Amino acid sequence: MRIGVTIFPGSNCDRDALCAVEQMGAEPVELWHADADLKGSDAVILPGGFSYGDYLRPGAIARFAKVMAPIEDFAQAGGPTLGVCNGFQVLTEAHLLPGALLRNAGMRFVCRRVRVRVETTETPWTSACEPGEELTLPVAHNEGNYFADPATLEQIQAEERVVLRYLENPNGSANDIAGVCNEGRNVVGIMPHPERVSDPVLGSEEGVRILRSVLAGARV
Amino acid sequence: MNIQETCSALGLSDFEYDRILELLGRPPNYLELSLFSVMWSEHCGYKNSRPLLGRFPNTGPRVLQGPGENAGVVEVGDGWALAFKVESHNHPSAVEPYEGAATGVGGIIRDILAMGARPVALLDSLRFGPLDEERNRYLFREVVRGIGGYGNAVGVPTVGGEVEFASSYSNNPLVNAMCVGLIRTEDLVRSSATGEGNLVVLLGSKTGRDGIHGATFASDELTEESESKRSNVQVGDPFAEKMLVECCLQLLGEGLLVSLQDLGAAGITSSASEMAAKGGVGIEVQTDKVPLRESGMEPYEVVISESQERMLAVVEPEKAERVLEVAGRYGLVGAVIGRVANHGELRVKNGGETAGSVPADHLADAPVYEREVVRPSYLDEAQSFDPDDYPQPDDYNGTLLRMLAHPNLCSRRSIFEQYDHQVGADTVVLPGADAAVMRIKGTNLGFALTTDGRGRHCFLDPRGGGAATVAEAYRNLSCVGAEPVAITNCLNFGSPEKPEGYYQLSECIEGMAEACQALRTPVASGNVSLYNETDAGAVYPTPVVGMVGLLKDVSRHATPGFKREGDMVVVIGSGPGISLAGSKYLEIIHGRVAGKPPEPDLVSERKTADLVRNMIRSGLVDTAHDVSGGGELVALAEMAFAGGLGMEYEGDELERMIAGQGGGRADVPFFGEGAGDIVVAVPPDRWDELQAVLAEAPGYDQIGTVGGDRFKIGDIVDVSLADLREAYERDLFGAPGGAEVTH
Repeated sequence: MRIGVTIFPGSNCDRDALCAVEQMGAEPVELWHADADLKGSDAVILPGGFSYGDYLRPGAIARFAKVMAPIEDFAQAGGPTLGVCNGFQVLTEAHLLPGALLRNAGMRFVCRRVRVRVETTETPWTSACEPGEELTLPVAHNEGNYFADPATLEQIQAEERVVLRYLENPNGSANDIAGVCNEGRNVVGIMPHPERVSDPVLGSEEGVRILRSVLAGARV
Repeated sequence: MNIQETCSALGLSDFEYDRILELLGRPPNYLELSLFSVMWSEHCGYKNSRPLLGRFPNTGPRVLQGPGENAGVVEVGDGWALAFKVESHNHPSAVEPYEGAATGVGGIIRDILAMGARPVALLDSLRFGPLDEERNRYLFREVVRGIGGYGNAVGVPTVGGEVEFASSYSNNPLVNAMCVGLIRTEDLVRSSATGEGNLVVLLGSKTGRDGIHGATFASDELTEESESKRSNVQVGDPFAEKMLVECCLQLLGEGLLVSLQDLGAAGITSSASEMAAKGGVGIEVQTDKVPLRESGMEPYEVVISESQERMLAVVEPEKAERVLEVAGRYGLVGAVIGRVANHGELRVKNGGETAGSVPADHLADAPVYEREVVRPSYLDEAQSFDPDDYPQPDDYNGTLLRMLAHPNLCSRRSIFEQYDHQVGADTVVLPGADAAVMRIKGTNLGFALTTDGRGRHCFLDPRGGGAATVAEAYRNLSCVGAEPVAITNCLNFGSPEKPEGYYQLSECIEGMAEACQALRTPVASGNVSLYNETDAGAVYPTPVVGMVGLLKDVSRHATPGFKREGDMVVVIGSGPGISLAGSKYLEIIHGRVAGKPPEPDLVSERKTADLVRNMIRSGLVDTAHDVSGGGELVALAEMAFAGGLGMEYEGDELERMIAGQGGGRADVPFFGEGAGDIVVAVPPDRWDELQAVLAEAPGYDQIGTVGGDRFKIGDIVDVSLADLREAYERDLFGAPGGAEVTH
């Protein structure tokens, strides 16, 4: 399975994501922001970082990058797409996911490991998890405070589109939302970084549960 | 302005002007004078510290590159090497804390990049005045934001550091940033320019007027006027830096560069003249070829601008096109701005005209001032100390909680959670332990990093404090299981032109040099920051040591937190020598900084640390923590709440200690400092194994057992873990706090 990882000029978790993909036994594919094709990727990860410096608003410029056009087509055609941290921010800016990520309620960058609950396994990125499973995953962001209007919040709740929920909310997110998916359930955005806990030497492999889901799905 | 006023404005003395006349054989023009002023500043020229720095040992079996390059380099094994250096950004941070700290991080990253290494870790040593003053809270908050703002975006994890508060740092904070980079030994690059006719290429951001004369500013005392020098502080762009890192690594990977140098203090002037002097060649710079951010810049402004996120490379002419193409891929400005020449001069040209020309080796050869070392009179009073003047506390529970809640001892979580310490997915031991541990992907190898500084100790006893600073770093690395290999240092002192300041500088260096020799950790790189003074006086003499250590098997490491109920707690070390003199207890509980702390016993400390490291390497011990600020009780409390397990100290052992070390007082063994001890914990079924190894220890005591949710020390202390944690886990950016301290 080929998993593409986008590289915007200010991405800084791209190498970690590529490395984690390789460790899972999938084939990592670098997707440069100025490229206009996905090089035959079977799934796409938009990693964390500061895509274009994020001086205006995280992801606001990245959504106009050349590589985003084929990603939009891929996502709309049902291709498994995962945005992590800045990648989640980019996907909301591109309207591939509902809501927005505001500045943390504490007005500070926050880097810590938090406990989250898997709220749905009906996505290609959580299918290998148990429903209700609790994971400890690292977050590291300044704008992770999930916001959506009440109607949207109600809708994603009713459609069981909350993917991960914080058990200890680090940033003020509405309804403790740490991750959501689109209507088609193939596009998922999460603030925690599974790639940072995907190796026993780093003290935890709980992130592998997320990353491996997409492989398991492909084999079915 | 006449020539004297011009020199004075540029920070050059009459003596230095005469020297310039002599070297050139003619009067310099303004541009040339500017070149000398920045290159002969203390910041660039080390004119007061150079003779003293010669005391440091610089060589060792693992040192591939000692001082003189952009960073030191040590060999790790399996073809890997680490480049590392610490540097100060104190003055800029005093007037513009966010950008000052941010550009400090950016600058040290480029030093590591200039060696050809990928920057993989950052650490920061910080000092501020007490947090009950609004200005200090502002400086602290903004410096931490600046470090995070830059480091988080550039994608290099900030994995460690330290902070302390004392009134001597009010309005003169210390901001020292250390960076570590990883490189294959065969890929190391140097900064010497070679090859007449080779091209000089400027890469990165455009050049503006920011930071003009920043190096000169950094080499002066801070006064009320300093605030008006805000324009001397540069503005950072971590996004540009991120692309600069990736671009340079690609250029080096494709073998396109002859040499590489970062642009830091004094901009093109410093980089070009150092590259020329090292290569024994000349460099011609065309200022009209430098891409500018603003119009109307004078040639001298172009060559001394400290605009950030720029690198200078020497490139063979036929490779220049590809170099500029790669720069373009990363959205960077790349421009051929000059060439290597055989005349040995740094020649600045504007159009067809020569705007100034000075022999590069003269710029790189600042005058050296050696001064007499005179013991200052304050020391006698500062060192006088009689424990009987300080009554024992009635309530040890309350005393312990007050200690743990003090800004100089409490948790640093509210700081390090603002730093991305995991980006790169290599951080094995996260902040909060004795040292950070990183892995090298694709190998079993790891390395450990720490920064340490002991300003209070160095103030009370410069030589002993200097040695103790190195010893503490050695202990910290050993406690995570790493073998210490070399240090970098940043010497933060007051004015060397005052006898007190020069004495402190000279004695601290002496003490550090002795310890570096005894512990076999040579100095591979360093930086000097003098003139850290305000109207209220000098900062504590604060040499900061950044030490790197190696782990052959990164999975064999230790952390401070207790891990299992029933583990036996053992203190290893020489025991005696412990004292309340100069301790944090005296500072926090009694509001005094006084007394001469015990001289570190380097032989015994090394034995203890080496023994503990071997226990960790062999898999016998996974729980270790050194006894440092706050003494043994604070160390044990930290181990307890880090692991979420209580402990009970055995009554018999306690009575023996109070009678022995304490001379009848419990506060001496509880909070006394200076023994260089290390605490470990092991399961009872491994006690025999441990005892066999302990035969070689300078001394040890089995003091208690891990378990429960209370911290019990005989019948003297009995506190719940929850109360300990509540005191310790305070938000340093919350309500003001901190006890008044007098000297």
